[in-house]
Parts: sequence; structure tokens; C-alpha cells
Amino acid sequence: TNEWRLSCVNKDFSVCPSYPPVVIVPKSIDDEALRKVALFRQGGRFPVLSYYHKKNGMAMLRSSQPLTGTNGRRCKEDEKLVNATLRSGRRGFVIDTRPLAVAQQARAKGGGFEQEVHYPQWRRIHKYIERFNILQESFIKLVEACNDQSHNMDRWLSKLEASNWLTHIKELLTAACLAAQCIDREGASVLVHGSEGTDSTLQVTSLAQIILDPRCRTIRGFQALVVREWLQAGHPFQQRCAQSAYSNSKQKWEAPVFLLFLECVWQIHRQFPCSFEFNEQFLIMLFEHAYASQFGTFLGNNENERAKLKLPQKTMSLWSWVNRPEELARFQNPLYEANSLVIWPSVAPQSLQLWEGVFLRWNRPSKFLEEAEEERINIIKYNKELQAKVNALRRQLAEMETDEVEQEEP
Amino acid sequence: VENVRLLDRLSSRRAVVGTLYLTATHVIFVENGSETRKETWVLHSQISSIEKQATTATGCPLLIRCKNFQVIQLVIPQERDCHDVYISLIRLARPVKYEELYCFSFNPKLDKEEREQGWKLVDLKEEYNRMGVPNNYWQISDVNRDYGVCDSYPTEVYVPKSATAHIIVGSSKFRSRRRFPALSYYCKGNNASICRSSQPLSGFSARCLEDEQMLQAIRKANPGSDFIYVVDTRPKLNAMANRAAGKGYENEDNYSNIKFQFIGIENIHVMRNSLQKMLEVCELKSPSMSDFLWGLENSGWLKHIKAIMDAGIFIAKAVAEEGVSVLVHCSDGWDRTAQVCSVASLLLDPYYRTMKGFMVLIEKDWVSFGHKFNHRYGNLDGDPKEISPVIDQFIECVWQLMEQFPCAFEFNERFLIHIQHHVYSCQFGNFLCNSQKERRELKIKERTYSLWAHLWKNRADYLNPLYRPDHSQTQGPLHPQIAPCNFLYKFWSGMYNRFEKGLHPRQSVTDYLMAVKEETQQLEEELEVLQERLANLQKSQSGNNKVKSKQQDRSKQFGLYTSNNSLANTPQEYSNDLKSFPSRSPSQGDEDSALILTQDNLKSSDPDLSANSDQESGVEDLSCRSPSGGGCLPSEDSGKDSDEAVFLAG
Repeated sequence: TNEWRLSCVNKDFSVCPSYPPVVIVPKSIDDEALRKVALFRQGGRFPVLSYYHKKNGMAMLRSSQPLTGTNGRRCKEDEKLVNATLRSGRRGFVIDTRPLAVAQQARAKGGGFEQEVHYPQWRRIHKYIERFNILQESFIKLVEACNDQSHNMDRWLSKLEASNWLTHIKELLTAACLAAQCIDREGASVLVHGSEGTDSTLQVTSLAQIILDPRCRTIRGFQALVVREWLQAGHPFQQRCAQSAYSNSKQKWEAPVFLLFLECVWQIHRQFPCSFEFNEQFLIMLFEHAYASQFGTFLGNNENERAKLKLPQKTMSLWSWVNRPEELARFQNPLYEANSLVIWPSVAPQSLQLWEGVFLRWNRPSKFLEEAEEERINIIKYNKELQAKVNALRRQLAEMETDEVEQEEP
Repeated sequence: VENVRLLDRLSSRRAVVGTLYLTATHVIFVENGSETRKETWVLHSQISSIEKQATTATGCPLLIRCKNFQVIQLVIPQERDCHDVYISLIRLARPVKYEELYCFSFNPKLDKEEREQGWKLVDLKEEYNRMGVPNNYWQISDVNRDYGVCDSYPTEVYVPKSATAHIIVGSSKFRSRRRFPALSYYCKGNNASICRSSQPLSGFSARCLEDEQMLQAIRKANPGSDFIYVVDTRPKLNAMANRAAGKGYENEDNYSNIKFQFIGIENIHVMRNSLQKMLEVCELKSPSMSDFLWGLENSGWLKHIKAIMDAGIFIAKAVAEEGVSVLVHCSDGWDRTAQVCSVASLLLDPYYRTMKGFMVLIEKDWVSFGHKFNHRYGNLDGDPKEISPVIDQFIECVWQLMEQFPCAFEFNERFLIHIQHHVYSCQFGNFLCNSQKERRELKIKERTYSLWAHLWKNRADYLNPLYRPDHSQTQGPLHPQIAPCNFLYKFWSGMYNRFEKGLHPRQSVTDYLMAVKEETQQLEEELEVLQERLANLQKSQSGNNKVKSKQQDRSKQFGLYTSNNSLANTPQEYSNDLKSFPSRSPSQGDEDSALILTQDNLKSSDPDLSANSDQESGVEDLSCRSPSGGGCLPSEDSGKDSDEAVFLAG
């Protein structure tokens, strides 16, 4: 469009090691300014475009925290960049994925948040999303609860509650809905960040796109979303997905951030079972490959590392395998009907469920559920076949009728 | 009363203004909106409690809680009006005579014959014949012909052949409320049976020869096994406490060849409180996840559901796998016993998982054996301590099973929800009174209509699209998992948050598949019509074609052959699906009109479907941000509410 441009400022990963070589930024900001802004944001992660809402031209940006520090440092270029994303007279929202107190503490370590005085057109909202070891502990507790073979209902429910896993799901979905709401309902631009901008930030921006953009609910579109918002955006898969839930050694960087995202997609999927082109198996497959894969796609922590390791040359891409027709067939949702609308999921506790497909996968007998899925596929398949046959017959009949008329004419 | 506001429970800012009417049978709220004038109807018999809250500046709030888990919050401008409504509703919601109930005035415009047909839809005698009794081991006993032995039992009771009238009467005197052991389910394959009774009046040491003979007779009626299980569905402590009152349980030393087993299901008072606690959790305004889970755990509801299911699984296993007969009782043998027997029957026999079979099951284990519908569901004003969600729990057990076995049931969730609704509604006569005897005295069958006929008439709405009679899941007994980690007992929001549509999945797989199946059926019909027309054309053309060149002829025939082949393939490939469709053949005369009709239907059915789902989200869209938007669906979720709060505060 004429408001945005591609920038190659990071082509040798020197400005921001965890960004891809090409990013989208406002047209009015030149590469020199971007370099300056990068110095003002943690890890050099300057604000870039994450999603452009065609319907009203609003944008979602993501970045890392600004390095304001205790004495309230400013960066004119950063303010200019952020403001360049606003339409004249419009306001924007900064969604900070930390609580206010944590954001304030971060100043002591050189981090911080956008002061309202210096960003008068922006309103800041703090929406807390849990991270790192808390998530990992929650994950470990949940898996333990799911493997508890006792027949006691109370114990199961209290363990489920104590794991807090579903609380995290609810918080994350709420934050994503909020971001989507700001864009679609308020007609405002949104900037999302936490501290590094590589975890909760990506969860929020990618989920908001699932809600807003029908394309992200197709198989190809979802793949593109994962590539764009997770792989290229520098989610450190290597660090986060090293051990999974059964490790006893507490890995500092281990956290089920990507799994949490997938589960949130599943929760939305459950509420809109006809609006997604892919099925639950597709999400489970991505979860598995993120942790252990014969493909190179999820290796490394960012594009920079992947380029250094020469992964594109040395390994196969997961997508090339998934997109073969015979594999794709396994991941199709038979109920899919393109739905061009924004889908607003419910985040009430009554509407959220444990993702049995992942957590009870090896415990629950899946035969009956698989049979049900098969049945669904058959019903739809049979319907489609009939439709085709009826159409063919109709055409044939029409042809013969015209033939007949022609025959009678001469 | 005019200018009443109906509040949305989830967001207090959205309310609709309308007029409230009280009629003899319903509370009706009509919205003032010019176009839609949406109406909300509530039967008086559904009202469970009415609460008048403190008057505020806007008016006098009135909270109506219904037995089908609907909660209605009204604000009435004038305090005096509110008081009048409150007093009237209290009176109307608690009728004292059966004649006041809705079913005596409800008239679905059916003539006498149709009504009688309706009552004949479910025939228990036929059902026992289906099970295979009477036979060499079991017979109908007429001891209870005029309710002389037990007034809460039916007149026709099935007992072992070797149990003489003397034994039955003797046994009945040794059982609470004279509810002697009688047949509930008979397994044709291996002669094992499920019998039911009330607790024995054993106290600490009493014995009864006839009762011991009765149990012997049940054992002998199953020659393949040398013992029977006696299952007491109460917690052991409760049963022991009963001994002090001269009641209790069977002593294994006095009865030969029995294995005695306690299965702890709590009593009606515990269950009532448990439901109460769970509903409080459902009513919370934007609860956090841990509030909700903690509340759910604390209510114990799912634990109780699991206990009932476990008991049913135990009995089904004894009958199907061990081939051992089971005698089930609790205290009076009309609550927990009914739950457990019907769950076990459902697990054992696929017939009960069909729509008709499920009606029969409820009629057999609940209605005929004197489950006290009037007391438990408060149809008439009575002792609140007698009220308890006993059949609700059974219905939920069925739902939990449906979640585990999606293809095993002919009916869908809606069927269960509607049955639950009508247990309380008193719109049909089926669930009136406490026993068969009372129903006969009231001449229910002559004066009211049967729910089963009503549901049967609309059965297309209640079909599970995944059900096929020849599917493997519909054969033989079901073997559900027991541990929570293998089979999750879930909170049933479709029931307990039934009226908060915003909490439910926005697109229903069941409805979608039902629509697809309907369309499939239309396609099949059209296919037939087209085929026929093609054949006719072909005939007339082959006449014409004599003069035409050979080549053209051949090509045409080739085309026809291929299409005929593909047609012939269809039914074979999916014959399973085909069978379940009642194949209506279109009348031969007006082919054309039939064709046009189906075409029209086709065209409209598909877009309709997507239009509907669009609308759903569309409504969501609108209601999301506009506080006064007047979206009538309570679709806004609580989470967003809190967001907005943050919005405003931040």
C-alpha cells in the first residue's frame, strides 16, 4: 500500500539479530531512523507491521519494550515511527503483556514502557500474560494430573485447577480478543509488546489474526501465519521447546509458549467448528514437530541462526511434506465453509475445555472419536458426490433436450 | 405491566424494555422493539424461585429462577406493581391441585384417537416381550393387580417363575414400602437379569424366610450362575445408620449365595445441595478460571455423576461379562435404584440408545416403578426437602456417554434437554404424580397428552446425524472408561448454561451435519427423478435416432452408459447411509414440479446454512461493542466485559 514499505535494513541481521532480513515499516520512516529506533528497543526489535486489517486500514504492530530506563529516556525517531502508523486524529492502543508493576520494575534494568506524556496519541493497556518458568511449571503439573490413574473425581478437578493451565489459556485469549477488538471495533491501531517481544507478544498478535483474518483459518494461511509470526519473528523454538513436560531439570528458557498458542487456536476452533479449513490433527502435528522433528523448520531460535546453520540447504521443510496432497487430506476439516467474518470466541470458563487431543492423547481411547470423525467425513463426501452427479445429469439432460429440439427443427 | 426492563445477566448495561403479561399458565415478556417484538414465554411450573431484591433508583428488581436453568431478571418501575407480580407469581408457581397444571388445559389440537395413539406409543408389555419375558424362568405376576401389595409399583410385575404369591407377599412385608424384588432388565443372551427392590427391614438381626426364598428364586432363574450380586447403592455408613431404624441391608450369612456390595451414591439431600452449589457457580458474573473450577469441584456434582455411572458400569459388567444376576436397591428403591438400573440397561442394550428405546427406558425404570416425579420436581406445592435432581443426573449420565461414544446414540443433545424441560413443565401428563396408581386415579391418559408422541412427531429434530443402525458403536454393550484421566467428565454447559447462548460454540456441528444430510436426501430424490427423465428421453430419442448417423448414436450411448454406471455404483458404496433414509419416491405424474421444488430447495438450503452462521457471528460482532445496541441474544461473553472495564479505567 502507499502507507507501508518493505525495508531491507536488517539484511545481514546487524540491526536486529532476531528479525528476518526483510520487514514492513511505515513508508515515511527511512532506514537510518530504523537503526536509531532499534537502539532504543530491547534486542533491537523495533516496531514492525504484524497485521494490516484491510477492512478499515488499521494496523497491528509488535516490538520489544522501549529502553526508557529509570530516567525516562526518549527517542524521537521511535515516537515518530509509532505515530506514523496512526491515521490523523486517530488514537492507538499499546498493549503491554506485563502488569504495570512489572513494567515499572523493568525500568530499573533499563527497560520500561511508553510514557503517556511522550506518546500522547496512545493509550496503554496492561494485560498480563504469564511467561517462562511459571508456564512450564503449570504445564508439568497439568501433564502429571492427566497421567494420574486414580479414579477420584475431586482429586482430578483440584489438580486441574492447581495447574492453572486453563487460567493461562483464558488470559491469553482475552488479551488476543482485546487486541482484535481495538482494531476491528474501535478502529484503532495497536502496538503489542512485552519485554523481549518474542513470546507473549507473538501469542497475542497471531491469535488476534486468527480472530480477524479469515485467511489465517485456512491451511495455507495458518502455515504462513506460523512462518511469519513465529519463525521469522524470532520465537526461540530451540530454547523453548527443548525438553517438554517430563524433564526434571529446570531449564531456564523452557516454556510451552507455542503449545499455549496452538491450544488457544483449538479453543477457538471448538467454538467455530465450521470456520477452519484444518482440523485438530493439524494442530497436534505442529505441536509435535515443534518439539521433535525430522524437518528443519523449527530448528534454531531465529532466521539468523537458521541461515548460519544453512538449514534451508541441509534439511527438508516441514511445509513441503505437509502440503503434499496425501498429507493435506489428513488435515482437512470436512465441515469447513469459508467464513469471511471476524469470529469472536467466548472466554468464559464454561466455554473453555481441556485439550484432550493433546493431554489425554495416550490415555483416552480414541477409537470412538475417530469413528465419529470418519462418519462426518463420509456424510459430507457422499453429499458432495451426489451433488456432482446431479449436476452432471442436469447438464446431460439439458443437452439432450436441446438436441431433441434441434432434431425436430430440420 | 408496562415499561418493564429485561436485563441481560452477563452485562447489566444491555437491557430491553417491554411489557410483562401474566396469564393463567405463562409469564410472557414482549419487547417493545418495533420490528421483532421478541417474546419470552415462561411456564409457571418451570419457576423454581422468585426473589424480590432491594428497590433501586431505576425500579424494583425481580429475579426469577427456573427449573430448566433459565434465569430472568426484570426491573419493574413501580414497587407496587412489582409486589403484585411477585405475589401472583408465588401463587401461580405453586399449584396445590393437579387440575391447575398446564397439561389439563394444554390442547395441541389432536382428536381423541390421536391422543390415544400417542399414549400407546410406548408399551411396556411389548418391551418385556422384546427382552424375552415371560419365558421358562420369568412370568407376569398379578399379585399387585389392584395395587394391593405395593401401591407404588405397577400392576404388572415380572418375577421368577418359582416365586409364588406367598413368597412375594412375604418378601414385600420385609421390604421398605413393600417394594419387593422385581425384574427391571433381562438379558436374553445369558439369562442374567437386573432386579430392583427397596432395602430389607433387617435391623440388626431380623430375618425373613420368604425374602430369602425370593432371592434364591432370582438366582435360580439364571441357571448359568451360582450366585447373585446384591448391590446397595448407598454409602455404607448411611445403610448402617438405617439399621437402627429397623431397616438396613442383607446379611451375607442369612442369604445363601449372594455377594453383597456397597456403591456409595449420596442421598437426595446431598444431590440437591450439590446442584445448588454448581448453579451458584454458573451464575457468577465473569468468574475467573480458578473460581469456576474450584466451585465445580466444591459442588461435588461431577463426583456424584461419576458415582452413578460407576454403579451402572459395575452392574452392566456383572450381567454382560460375568453372566451374574444383580439385585439393586437403595433405601426406598425409587431414586438411586432407578438411576443405576437405567444407566446399566443403557450400557447393556443398544435398543435403549435409540429414540424409541430411550422413551421406553424412562417409562420402565422411572415412570412405572413409581419414581416420585411430583415430589422430586415440585410440580405441586410440597415439601422442599423432597425436591432433588434425580432424573437430571440420569440425563446427564447419558450426555456424558454421548460425549464418549458419539455414534452410539440415535438421538442428540437437544432430545435430552427437551425431556429434562418437560419433566418440569407439566405440559404433558407423562410425569405427573408419584405412581402409576395415582395417575390411573386421575385418569391422566384420558385427560392429557403424551410427551412421547410429541417428541416422536418431531423426531427429525432430535436425530444424531452420526448414528447408523449398523455402525459398530451401536452394537452390543458399551464399555466406558472409569478414571477421569481416561474419560473426562465435563461440565455440561449446554444444560446448565442453556440460556446463555454466548457461552456455547457458535457453530453447531450437529445442526450442520443434519442440514447436509437433509440436502443429501433431496439430492437422492432429485437423482431418481433425473434418471427417470433421462431414461424417457433416451427411449424417445432412440426412436428418432434410427435415421441419424451411426457415429452420433454410439457417442450418445457411450455417454449414457458411463453415467448409468456411476449411478449404479452409488448405492453400493454408501449403502449404509442409504438405509437410514426413508426413501420417498417422487410421484410419477408431476415430475417437473417435483424437480423444480427440489431445485429450489437445494438452492435455498445451502446459502441458508451459511447465512445462519454468518448471522450468528454477525450478531456477535454487533453486540460486542455497542452497549445500547439492543442485541437480544445474551451473546456477549463475560470476558469482554472485564476488558471493557479495563478499557474505561485505563
